[in-house]
Amino acid sequence: MQIHVTLTLVKIYNEGSNPKFNFMDHHHTHIIKPAKFHHLEFKELWRFRELFLFFTWRDIKVKYKQTLLGFVWAILQPLVLMGIFSLFFSNILRISTDNIPAPIFYFSGLLLWNLFNGGLSGSAASMVDNANIIKKIYFPRLIIPTSAVLSSLFDFFMGIVVFVGLMTYYSYIGAINFSWKFIPFYGIAILLTLLTTLGWGFLLSALNVKYRDFRYIIPFFTQFLFFVSPVIYPVSILSENGWMKYILAINPLTGALTLARSTFSNIPPDYSLIGISAGAAFILFIIGLIYFKKTEAHFADLA
Amino acid sequence: MKSIIEVKHISKAFKIGGNAGYLSFRESISQALSFRSKKQTFLALDDVSFQVEKGERLGIIGKNGAGKSTLLKILSKITYPTSGEVVMRGRVASLLEVGTGFHPELTGMENIFLNGSILGMKRAEILSKRDEIISFSGIEPFLGTPLKHYSSGMRLRLAFAVAAHLEPEILLIDEVLAVGDAEFQKKCLGKMKDISQSGRTIIFVSHDLGAVERLCPNSILLEKGKLVYEGKTADVKEKYLAGFNSTAWSNQQGIDKIVSIEGATIRLEGKQPNHELVISCEIVSQQDLPDGFLAFDIKSENQVCILQAAPKETPYIPIKQNQSTQISCRIRLDGLIPMRYFVTAWIGPSYNETYDLAEDILSFEILDSPVIGRTMPHFIEHGHLVAPSQLEEMTHSPKKKNNDG
Repeated sequence: MQIHVTLTLVKIYNEGSNPKFNFMDHHHTHIIKPAKFHHLEFKELWRFRELFLFFTWRDIKVKYKQTLLGFVWAILQPLVLMGIFSLFFSNILRISTDNIPAPIFYFSGLLLWNLFNGGLSGSAASMVDNANIIKKIYFPRLIIPTSAVLSSLFDFFMGIVVFVGLMTYYSYIGAINFSWKFIPFYGIAILLTLLTTLGWGFLLSALNVKYRDFRYIIPFFTQFLFFVSPVIYPVSILSENGWMKYILAINPLTGALTLARSTFSNIPPDYSLIGISAGAAFILFIIGLIYFKKTEAHFADLA
Repeated sequence: MKSIIEVKHISKAFKIGGNAGYLSFRESISQALSFRSKKQTFLALDDVSFQVEKGERLGIIGKNGAGKSTLLKILSKITYPTSGEVVMRGRVASLLEVGTGFHPELTGMENIFLNGSILGMKRAEILSKRDEIISFSGIEPFLGTPLKHYSSGMRLRLAFAVAAHLEPEILLIDEVLAVGDAEFQKKCLGKMKDISQSGRTIIFVSHDLGAVERLCPNSILLEKGKLVYEGKTADVKEKYLAGFNSTAWSNQQGIDKIVSIEGATIRLEGKQPNHELVISCEIVSQQDLPDGFLAFDIKSENQVCILQAAPKETPYIPIKQNQSTQISCRIRLDGLIPMRYFVTAWIGPSYNETYDLAEDILSFEILDSPVIGRTMPHFIEHGHLVAPSQLEEMTHSPKKKNNDG
């Protein structure tokens, strides 16, 4: 597999850097003080921007090393699940798919779900997995869980290629009306999913350093989230219980999935539901970030 | 001009006892519910202050557990001090380990980029130095092979090659030179000296006093977390070694182990080249466990292990509940060159299982040359032992001339 593409990507950020040092450079003066709350230093994160990509590149590369099919796995897994779900939930159990063709309905849901699930399990374990690096060298710790989430974007974009193929086929046979609204809507859905994944990822990776119990809690937790997220059912089947869907919307994935599918369906999206989800995603992200920054200073002592 | 590094009253406390390290939920819940707190703190660093000027090379010397590594970790921002402050005026790179972040599944070339980037190099910087790094490592034919197929020596070479091309203003180095073959070590030390001659500031921590002496004109001495001496490396070394002048040792850590070496004394008997070392040890055990061996390692002052003595080849010390065992052991030493030597005691039931290890607890000094009447000094470059040798035959005959005719 050629991930050299990523390396060329890095080139974009390439400062024509011939390292010349200016001693007493005030940009490089730093003061080390007892650990309290460390504010988010955007400048520092920006200085380390290449490391985000290097860790992401490493995670993607390592994931598919010594596999026969390589990144085909990224496509195969949602395709097979799509087939199973279409057969059982749609054809046999007759669960509504909001008049969207079942394969499109499930695949669009699975793509976002896998982005979340892959990113979350990767980032939650990331701090502990990289403990040996954390104990030996300094860089902004946020890079580690963030890169783990970014690396699951790779699988996602592989899936998108297949998804575009599926959509072309279904709009050709006239089963869906492809609207250009899809691009911004799906884009926002991806952003909401990423924000949620990062929020949970920051929180759980920091907790995992301190309490290894979370290693056992996380698989259980994602399974729970799978059932409360509308991956295999649409939110509309809850519409008799008007308030119920708003409770489910506290899980930001509910909003992301609803928004992503709304462009194929003739039912307009429920904007208050999406608003609740967006707010929840934002709050979750902030909580995760604050907890991570608060505990960051002790990672090297605990990991 | 201001100093490039200012360390002001740094202390670092660690919690010891019940809740050291990571917790499980259950523990932290039960701790929150119980009123008595059993927190004990241990000061790894205690009010340490010093300054480093631009371009200076400073060594940090101290016994195991004196706080050297903790100090270096604070300087490299890996961990934070409990109190005090450090001001660093320059770009910092730290080498606390060689090959940090190496991934076994990635190829040598990929690891150059990953490791370089983790160490703080920009991608453009790595690209521009790639050829130099490759030729420094000397493993060019294997760069396309995954790292997992490398020998440990090759990994080390690759790691050093990357590290040697870092160009920070402040370089923090820990022990890393303790590994690797002698020739490559020399190459690395040489490279580091070049770096410092170009105006970079180096802080170097090592057990290898020889390496510290070669690299750093000045040093500081840490003892139990306190800075006890600072000055010329030769003087610091003297102070450090004097601290080892111990013919009796007793365990003062007081951490409960099931089997522990509690006390030891040493006595040097005889004359060169036939010295004998008499070591007495007290071993205390709390539980019934398989019998143990007791073995002693003898290291030279630059931390090269010279020899090991194990008085019996099968486990011989019964480990019983609430028992104390006294052992006295006699070790014959042939032909050690004049130097200070350190003794480490180890007890365990098999070669790969340890009950207790007490490092560098005793020391002794050899004063005379093992060769009677030798006038030239001994150098460790030519070994720590002098083998007994005698002249077998020597004949003299006039040299033949070729232009006889």
